Amino acid sequence: MSDEYNQKNAPLEAQSSDTISGTSGTPSKDIDYVRPAELPEQDLYHGHSFITKWIFCQDAKIIGVQYFLTAVFTGIVGLVLSWLMRLQLGYPDLVPFITAEHYYQFVTMHGMIMVVYFLTALFLGGFGNYLIPLMVGARDMVFPYVNMVSFWMFFIAVCVLMASFFVPGGPTGAGWTLYPPQAILPGTPGSNMGIILMLVSLSLFVIGFTMGGLNYIITILQARTRGMTLMRMPLTIWGIFTATALAMLAFPALLVSCIMMTLDKMLETSFFMPTIVQAGEVLDYGGGSPVLFQHLFWFFGHPEVYIVALPAFGIVSDLISVHARKNIFGYRMMVWAIVGIGGLSFFVWAHHMYVSGMNPWFGFFFATTTLIIAVPTALKVYNWIITLFRANIRMNTVMLFCLGFIVTFVNGGITGIFLGNVAVDIPLSDTYFVIAHFHMVMGIAPLMVIMGAVYHWFPLVTGRMLSEKLGKWHFWFTFLGAYSIYFPMHYLGFIGVPRRYFEMYDSPYVASATGLNEFITVAALIVGFSQLIFIYNIVSSLSIGKPAGKNPWKANSLEWLTPEVPPAHGNWGEKLPVIHRWPYDFNVPGAKEDYITQTTPPSEVISAEVEKT
Amino acid sequence: MSDNSLNNLPGGFKGMSHDMGSDQTAFKGVQWGKVMMWIFLLSDTFIFSCFLISYMKGRTSTVVDWPNTSEVFSLHVGGVPVPLLLIAIMTFVLITSSGTMALAVKYGYEKNRKMCGWLILATAIGGLTFVGMQVFEWSKLIHEGVRPWENPFGAKQFGSFFFMITGFHGTHVSIGVIFLFIYARKVFRGDFDNGKRGFFTTMKSDYVAIEILGLYWHFVDLVWVFIFAFFYLW
Repeated sequence: MSDEYNQKNAPLEAQSSDTISGTSGTPSKDIDYVRPAELPEQDLYHGHSFITKWIFCQDAKIIGVQYFLTAVFTGIVGLVLSWLMRLQLGYPDLVPFITAEHYYQFVTMHGMIMVVYFLTALFLGGFGNYLIPLMVGARDMVFPYVNMVSFWMFFIAVCVLMASFFVPGGPTGAGWTLYPPQAILPGTPGSNMGIILMLVSLSLFVIGFTMGGLNYIITILQARTRGMTLMRMPLTIWGIFTATALAMLAFPALLVSCIMMTLDKMLETSFFMPTIVQAGEVLDYGGGSPVLFQHLFWFFGHPEVYIVALPAFGIVSDLISVHARKNIFGYRMMVWAIVGIGGLSFFVWAHHMYVSGMNPWFGFFFATTTLIIAVPTALKVYNWIITLFRANIRMNTVMLFCLGFIVTFVNGGITGIFLGNVAVDIPLSDTYFVIAHFHMVMGIAPLMVIMGAVYHWFPLVTGRMLSEKLGKWHFWFTFLGAYSIYFPMHYLGFIGVPRRYFEMYDSPYVASATGLNEFITVAALIVGFSQLIFIYNIVSSLSIGKPAGKNPWKANSLEWLTPEVPPAHGNWGEKLPVIHRWPYDFNVPGAKEDYITQTTPPSEVISAEVEKT
Repeated sequence: MSDNSLNNLPGGFKGMSHDMGSDQTAFKGVQWGKVMMWIFLLSDTFIFSCFLISYMKGRTSTVVDWPNTSEVFSLHVGGVPVPLLLIAIMTFVLITSSGTMALAVKYGYEKNRKMCGWLILATAIGGLTFVGMQVFEWSKLIHEGVRPWENPFGAKQFGSFFFMITGFHGTHVSIGVIFLFIYARKVFRGDFDNGKRGFFTTMKSDYVAIEILGLYWHFVDLVWVFIFAFFYLW
């Protein structure tokens, strides 16, 4: 039991920031007043052996690192697959073992790995686990044991996914959308064991993620420290929270479509399978609806885009604010934009299906909702830019990645407005324009944030700084290289080069596309290899990096204010922190320093003109 | 805390948002485990909704006629087909078990260990009976030739959806029954009275766990009502 907590009269009355700081109701004249603890001290599991401390670990910080490393490993597999695809596209027949079947398998596995096993796991599993308890002032996630099981479920899901590379027939080659009927019929590579392992792996991922997601949501809702109101949470937490809520509601559709397709494959049910004649022979299937799968899949698939994007939005807001030494412009607007985008993302899914043959009126409705979602998104972009306007910007690696994010995100967002309109989408769909769009908006942009976040939080996790010099090289290679990859793809799309084609043979646009394809391939190889700078930077900084000390960025948010850096098990030592303000009090007029941490009581900064939060 | 801070709080919707947005907890005085179960059930609701919506889509768009459900599901009593007989009994048993579960929660909070334990056991037996009758119904249909991939009475999707959705629900019931038996044992042993630490989680046991299990059980019953309506009454 903590000394502030009294079981009998645990205060359950509501308290907004007004009553917390004692301005209304005035339970106390003390301006530093924060009402007492509602919750007893958390009962924590303390590992003693190597296995319970590092492997089956129940500490969210270690679990976050485990998630991070596993996700990065799968991400590197995805990166290598993209190289192989690019080699085939740029220099057909250069690599003899890339046949058409292998190419489709690489396309499929690259897509699925990057979207689900890399980005989702990295943002929510990695950053979520590490940052949520620290940023809201909890000792750990609320269910540490479930959290541990969540990681190991994810780990098994990754193992099952990787196993599909080694089964007869190889992994599935149905494209990451796994559309039936082709996904489970002979003729598609990996239509036996490959697709089954993919579906099993996805189901395991959903189960594991549900366990983790419950932890994230409840830690944020029910385990914040004293004074941490919802509107004092860093935007990182808002982004992760909303993304997790989306995941809890979107992954069920994926699970259901996986179950139904597994049954179609293994028991020959006909949920998604129409009557099919194959090689002159009528199959046993009949009466099912392939479009139903598309609806289920995209009801998951579109929120999935925002499951990846919203944590990136949140994290980048915090990084920009810290490194521009200025409060985030329109904090409340940013929060409502995140929540609004999250809500709207459930009503736009069929814009992925304009060419699927669904009722044309659907296209009309979904084009409208798609364009509406651009409003809160654009609002966020404006707010980032206004935050940077006349700010005291530190041009370090973190800020460079943030700026890179804004640029790539605006680029990808604008092409999204093109594709959201049915009339423009129909000629452009299934061309490289689509590839360029979604790689810009949900590939490169979130990746920029991840890299910026690694440079930002590496000192917290390891206690050492990453090298700025290598970091800048890494940024410019990545940013310029990624632009050289995806910017020409817009043009390829306009001249009609179709996506997912193994080879163009003697198509009329080949002449102008060949040179560009070669250029893109070379750029992709360079960008990929330049990530070695990043890996080298991380590995070498672990031992030779400059010691970071406490709060090296002079940030306000709680994760930097632990008694030990890196934070120890239980995070906060003897007493939980008490929060008096939001995390964005930078350059406040009248304050001695250019930042006021969240734990600084008002009486210590009496002359500062802080915003009331 | 003094009362006068409460007097100054706004009412209505604004008051609610003050409540939710205040520090420490969004839902005042609700245990972590209970919030977890509610949110899990919300997620599970989406799973069942996806299943049932797929079923509606499959049923309305199939080219072969859907079988006449009141014939397919009827039981023959003395040579006379009685529609909805088995299903009425199944539903009655399951709803009754919800009642015993609610009573178990009440006695649990009153720390009436014996009553609580027996009522959980009764709930578990109700659930087991339900699963047993489902096994009977499945084997009857299988005996008549209905399979996930074919159906002698009409559209083959009937078998697919029926076995998949009732199977998924039956799995939920079975998991619930397993936990009910485990909890009954824990109650009789007195784990919830002396706060014995869990074998896996190492967390202290508390009677709130029974309410959480109760939430799950009521949810499973509620889902059954929808499955009942969509499969047997439509």
